[in-house]
Amino acid sequence: MANNETFRTCPRTGLQFHDSAEMLMKANAVVGVVFLLLGGVLALLIGLTKWPDVHLLPADSFYLVLTAHGLDMLVFWIIFFEIAVLYFCSSTLLRCRLATPRMAWLAFALMLIGAVTTNVAIFQGNSSVMMTSYVPMQAHPSFYLGLILFAVGALIGCFVFFGTLVIAKAEKTYQGSVPLVTFGAVTAAIIAVFTIASGAIILIPTFLWSVGYIKTIDPLMYRVIWWAFGHSSQQINVAAHIAVWYAIAAIVFGAKPMSERVSRTAFLLYIFFLQLASAHHILADPGISSEWKVFNTSYAMYLAVLASMIHGLTIPGAIEVAQREKGFTKGLFEWLRKAPWGNPVFSGMFISLIGFGFLGGISGVMMGTEQLNLIIHNTIYVPGHFHATVVIGTTLAFMALTYFLIPVLFRREIMFPGLAKWQPYLFGFGMYVFALVMMGAGTLGVPRRHWDMSFLGAAMPYEFPGSAYLLMSLVGISAVVAVIGGGAYILVTVSSIFLGKKLDAGVISNKPTPVVTPVSAAISGHGSLGIAGFAAPGTFVLAMVFLVAFVLYYFINWKYLSQVWGLS
Amino acid sequence: MSSIHPPTARLWWKQPIDRVEGTWIAIAFLWCLIMFFMMPYWHITGKQNLSNEAYRTTPEAFSKKAQDMVDKHTVRTETDQNIPVVHPPAGSDVYLIARLWAWWPVLELEQGKSYRLHLSAMDYMHGFSLQPANINLQVIPGYEMVVTVTPNQSGKFSIICNEYCGIGHHKMVSNLYVVNK
Repeated sequence: MANNETFRTCPRTGLQFHDSAEMLMKANAVVGVVFLLLGGVLALLIGLTKWPDVHLLPADSFYLVLTAHGLDMLVFWIIFFEIAVLYFCSSTLLRCRLATPRMAWLAFALMLIGAVTTNVAIFQGNSSVMMTSYVPMQAHPSFYLGLILFAVGALIGCFVFFGTLVIAKAEKTYQGSVPLVTFGAVTAAIIAVFTIASGAIILIPTFLWSVGYIKTIDPLMYRVIWWAFGHSSQQINVAAHIAVWYAIAAIVFGAKPMSERVSRTAFLLYIFFLQLASAHHILADPGISSEWKVFNTSYAMYLAVLASMIHGLTIPGAIEVAQREKGFTKGLFEWLRKAPWGNPVFSGMFISLIGFGFLGGISGVMMGTEQLNLIIHNTIYVPGHFHATVVIGTTLAFMALTYFLIPVLFRREIMFPGLAKWQPYLFGFGMYVFALVMMGAGTLGVPRRHWDMSFLGAAMPYEFPGSAYLLMSLVGISAVVAVIGGGAYILVTVSSIFLGKKLDAGVISNKPTPVVTPVSAAISGHGSLGIAGFAAPGTFVLAMVFLVAFVLYYFINWKYLSQVWGLS
Repeated sequence: MSSIHPPTARLWWKQPIDRVEGTWIAIAFLWCLIMFFMMPYWHITGKQNLSNEAYRTTPEAFSKKAQDMVDKHTVRTETDQNIPVVHPPAGSDVYLIARLWAWWPVLELEQGKSYRLHLSAMDYMHGFSLQPANINLQVIPGYEMVVTVTPNQSGKFSIICNEYCGIGHHKMVSNLYVVNK
């Protein structure tokens, strides 16, 4: 089978790369970064328009740019990178050949053609319908067609991943169970299949409607099914970036899961319950019952939130245990103080984890609570929330992983290491402020997807309080800071990949070497580590701080809700 | 062996759960249950809940009902476009049209009285956003949502649109008055 295939063993990490898989990972990651660059330029334009004193773009360009920014970032950048992650988690971690590389190239081509088609439709100016493209507002048919092609490509990519798992099992390249990180990638891919199917169910009829074969699409039905695509695609990101967090904890610290059972069960909860979150988006809609809303938006009693809270403990917990085993045992936090804060792989991952939990996670539960949604729906609080989840969570995690992949996958030395060291802080903290001030402005009622908060030209304008203007100015300023941080990432990665010093490729062979797993018979806990039987006491204290913030903020929102008009 | 390697113990699910994990899972699960029961609890005791009342409608049928209300209860007009200001009787059915790019008509309600507010869109989707109270509802063409509202403050309010509805989206603002009688 694998006669003309070659396998390279990285001399720095021992990871093994199948040449076909390696080319595909590089292609997907590079194209992803190109879309990140495009989306970043658009982000700057949006930030400078939202900044009331600058108000850069005219209304039509603003809505055009906002549509393109949403799709280029949330869909094209992230999913291209995720396909690379899926190939890494299957072919590389399981040390096997990639299934059907030609199909994987077909997937890549379809995704690229689709992404370009949709972008062309948007930039021609007749498809400024926002990422959500709610009917009955209509875009050019090629807008929907591009998305459908992209989705088909991504679906093929997922099946290449599943096929690779089958190959690894059949060719016995590993023993026992797949690694936890691969398990997380499986979770992401399963959610992706469900997500892409939902996208097809709604976008194909919408495409037919845009070319005139279907007369009407019910707008409420559109919202229900579109969000099964739109929100679930963000759940692919959650599963993928949590897998990346685990991977980075393993790469940087050699951390192993505190308990395989707990971490894998948490991923399983994602598969069962995470998709229900799409119902969050229709909480303020007519025609859907409260029972349905309460069950679905609580992800069946918050079982998926529970899963995220578990990962939020077990990942830093695994790092703490690994650090304590190395002797950083003083007090509660020596393990964290002595962590490699100058290594962007670690700092990016940790800033991502903390921001995702405190800013993205807590705000997401607020918006997803049936009644609290009434004081948040469609305000700029919403983009504040999802920039915390998708940008701080997913994008920053992927950036951190890139700093590991440049020497390992691209075999180049990182250029501008000083800049790389600071990049996660600049980008991460820029986004922290950005997400926070957006949520603050949303609390004051500032709407999302809105060109002018001063309502220029309206017959009866509303005057927002000065504090709302101040917060929106901070949105603009922090957007500029974050874009500079994103630009630093692009500069470091692009110049390293093309101009960085070439590194030794390592041994090349024509057959894969299997994973060597020393099987230990005895099952042991973490024994004498930690304090008072808690193997990771510092992490537990951090988790309690998180819980207190969560509880307080939750009830503050109920208090705020109780003061508005009576509604029934 | 770490998270990027297969688990070393073949029967990894038999490894006992650490105390730190077990304690956290118990606390987190309890908190999840509290958050879940908060929603049904607020339906019973809270005063801010969305009704489950909604109907299918058409732009023609809905605008006719709104027009009837305007014909009966207009008290004055506002701006050079002569937008009617309607003061419907307390407890009555009140209709608000969302269309490109206005809310129509202007409503005048009484503090502490309840009204059955009907909302529908004539064309695209719109977002009802009452400021500064910050109450936000989705308005969808073809659907008529009914919410019973009870203003608890008097004064001048604004309804802004917070669902993107095209190039004039930012001009879609209207007044709403709450008077003390």
